[in-house]
Amino acid sequence: MAHRFESVADVRSRLAEVNYLADDGIAGVVHLADRLGKPVLVEGPAGTGKTQLAKSVAEMSGARLIRLQCYEGLDESKALYEWNYKKQLLRIQAERNNESAWDDIATDIFSDEFLLERPLLEAIRSTEPVVLLIDEVDRVEVETEALLLEVLSEYQVSIPELGTMEARQIPLVFLTSNNTRELSEALKRRCLFLHVDYPDLEREKEIVLTKVPEVTDALADQITRIVRSLRQLELKKAPSVSETLDWARTLVLLGVEQIDAATATDTINILLKYQSDIARATKELNAQADGTKRPGVPQR
Amino acid sequence: MSGATGAVDHDDDPPVPDGLGAPILDLLNGFVVELRAAGLPVSLTENLDAMEAVQHIPLEDREAFKYALGATLVKSNSHWRAFETVFEVYFSLRGPEYRLGDEEAEVDGDPGDVEGGERLPGTGGEGRGGGGGGSMNNEELAEALYRALMDGDDAMMRALASQSVRRFAGMEPGRPVGGTYYLYRTLRHLDLDGVLERMLQQSEQTSPERRSPLEDRLARDEYESRIDRLKKEIEAEIRRRLVADRGVEAMARTLRKPLPEDVDFMHATREEMANLRVALHPLTRKLAVRLARKRRHGRKGPLDFRSTVRHSLSYGGVPAEPKFRYPRPAKPEIFVVADISGSVAAFARFTLQLVHAISGQFSKVRSFVFIDGVDEVTRFFEGVEDIGAAIHRVNTEADVVWVDGHSDYGHALEAFWSRWGHEIGPKTTVLLLGDARNNYHASQSWVLSEMAHRARHMYWLNPEPSAYWDTGDSIIGEYGAHCDGVFECRNLRQLERFVDNLA
Repeated sequence: MAHRFESVADVRSRLAEVNYLADDGIAGVVHLADRLGKPVLVEGPAGTGKTQLAKSVAEMSGARLIRLQCYEGLDESKALYEWNYKKQLLRIQAERNNESAWDDIATDIFSDEFLLERPLLEAIRSTEPVVLLIDEVDRVEVETEALLLEVLSEYQVSIPELGTMEARQIPLVFLTSNNTRELSEALKRRCLFLHVDYPDLEREKEIVLTKVPEVTDALADQITRIVRSLRQLELKKAPSVSETLDWARTLVLLGVEQIDAATATDTINILLKYQSDIARATKELNAQADGTKRPGVPQR
Repeated sequence: MSGATGAVDHDDDPPVPDGLGAPILDLLNGFVVELRAAGLPVSLTENLDAMEAVQHIPLEDREAFKYALGATLVKSNSHWRAFETVFEVYFSLRGPEYRLGDEEAEVDGDPGDVEGGERLPGTGGEGRGGGGGGSMNNEELAEALYRALMDGDDAMMRALASQSVRRFAGMEPGRPVGGTYYLYRTLRHLDLDGVLERMLQQSEQTSPERRSPLEDRLARDEYESRIDRLKKEIEAEIRRRLVADRGVEAMARTLRKPLPEDVDFMHATREEMANLRVALHPLTRKLAVRLARKRRHGRKGPLDFRSTVRHSLSYGGVPAEPKFRYPRPAKPEIFVVADISGSVAAFARFTLQLVHAISGQFSKVRSFVFIDGVDEVTRFFEGVEDIGAAIHRVNTEADVVWVDGHSDYGHALEAFWSRWGHEIGPKTTVLLLGDARNNYHASQSWVLSEMAHRARHMYWLNPEPSAYWDTGDSIIGEYGAHCDGVFECRNLRQLERFVDNLA
């Protein structure tokens, strides 16, 4: 099978073209996923671009994105396939006057024509290249996870009445998880694991500059440094990348050139969503940064 | 655990492919064995995946190599640290920029060093080939380091880190001391706190106008992160040298640390404690989600007779469709009674934190802490979002010392019984936390027997290994006889399992 990408560097530069700045880890794992034909399990804090990664990969490789949003109570009729029973009924009704044998009808109504494809089957049967995104897989119950296993390891779906549907092409599969529960070993074993964390200072600054072009270099620098400071505090919910971007946009709209403590305090509710976090951050940002208050070297 | 641990030796014999040379294969094999020894569940398929993955990346790219192995072998973020440590040990001597180098030629070959060389005072134009950093005296080294930190010059920092280790750590081959000892010796000479202050002053002076506190803070954060980076470089350098000295396997063994969920509460170091606190947060969230789910998806409620009859009307009076009441499982009421004396304080703190984080699953949570006196601390947790702060207040404000601040379970239990005993009812589950080391005081175990009669359940969680129970002044057997269960809770894994079963 032809590979989609040349090398890690290739993945990286092509992702950059669609405005997704990947670090070495991300690009490396995407590259491997293509080479090994394995799904990628993307995990990490909310708002670090997990879903965006799948979208960007689809965009850069010109593939169609098929998305399966997981939720509690998802079952195979929503994820894999379903028989279109209304149409089947109509078919039986239409045959009533004819003399055709029941056997014929039975084989007939369980054919392709009466099959409703759901995302997983659709991804497998598609002839054009596809990126399959299984979003927030940690929301389904452990038992439902098993539905995914056949698709993820063999790229096939078994339908009792029709036999096994094999993939016409191997789709790139991304599963995202917010880590609200431990996924089963069986699922993890079939996937490459990618932990997406908050980006480091330089990368986040680049992200801000790419996504919010109006922002000046100096402002972007200041924004990311303040965000990094905030992430070091013990907060209930640290500011995510998307919140950083929102903040940058806000500051641009407000015409801020230089952030001082007052501006930061006034707009901090964009970065932080819990009252206790806001109170804490405000206190920290306004505190006199004297040497006695904090130990010289971070105690970690 | 995926149970493949037994197959260590036969994993990778035939199916493993052509592209890899035997040395790399051996190395990877040892690497996987070490990962398993460190407690990571690496299955056979994952191992094969890793073997395949590394064929698709250029071997000389160390970062790509690391991520390829990470993506295939490590399936949980909390295991990443352990993986990194093992990786550093196993692949520390590979890659051109990580070459150890002998005494002289340690800064060559790296393009970043061309200008770096100019900045090295005492390094003459004829170059680093002969003298390298070696000809600098200590002050010059400190000066160069300070400047590298000031400019955030990573290549320079790495060179200087290795320089400092060579100079200050005083490493001797074959000496049986740990890396931390060398780290300490190196850092003592570098006086990084002083350097930080100096950097701050310097940047203060060079900035054109007076800086706001916010800017001060940001500058400080930046410098701190640079110093942190330097420390990591120094640590890595020491590790590289130790590996070179002692060999990969011995080094991996000494560095092996338990995973966060397996860290023993009673013997955790400060760093492990910090990691535990970080690990606890997602754990509580997971637990809360799981419990809420369990509650919702539990059995149906009892038959709702009225509703069934009402619905039977549409079937002509035949109760074709039975209706059930909405399930409302009883939520237990929890009393946590925790010993917070020195030896078990950490354990009590984690348990309190965990129980309060999922307090939504209980109708009421009340907490009491004791040493030799007892005090109720529920008020510290009420309406507080930050449980950490509440725990801090518990430790500082609760009135728990009666005579001398040594554990006296007997007196504490008696006091608890007389003040709050009547509030224990048939819905209450009592959790007693402690090692039951009573300093040979009177046990007063009649209190527990009375309590067990009134309460719905009474459990004892003991952070000591069960082998130590009933040795010395531990009287867990005497207390435990009255409880519905005594559980060993030495690490997060065990604690999580207990709380999960509780709700």
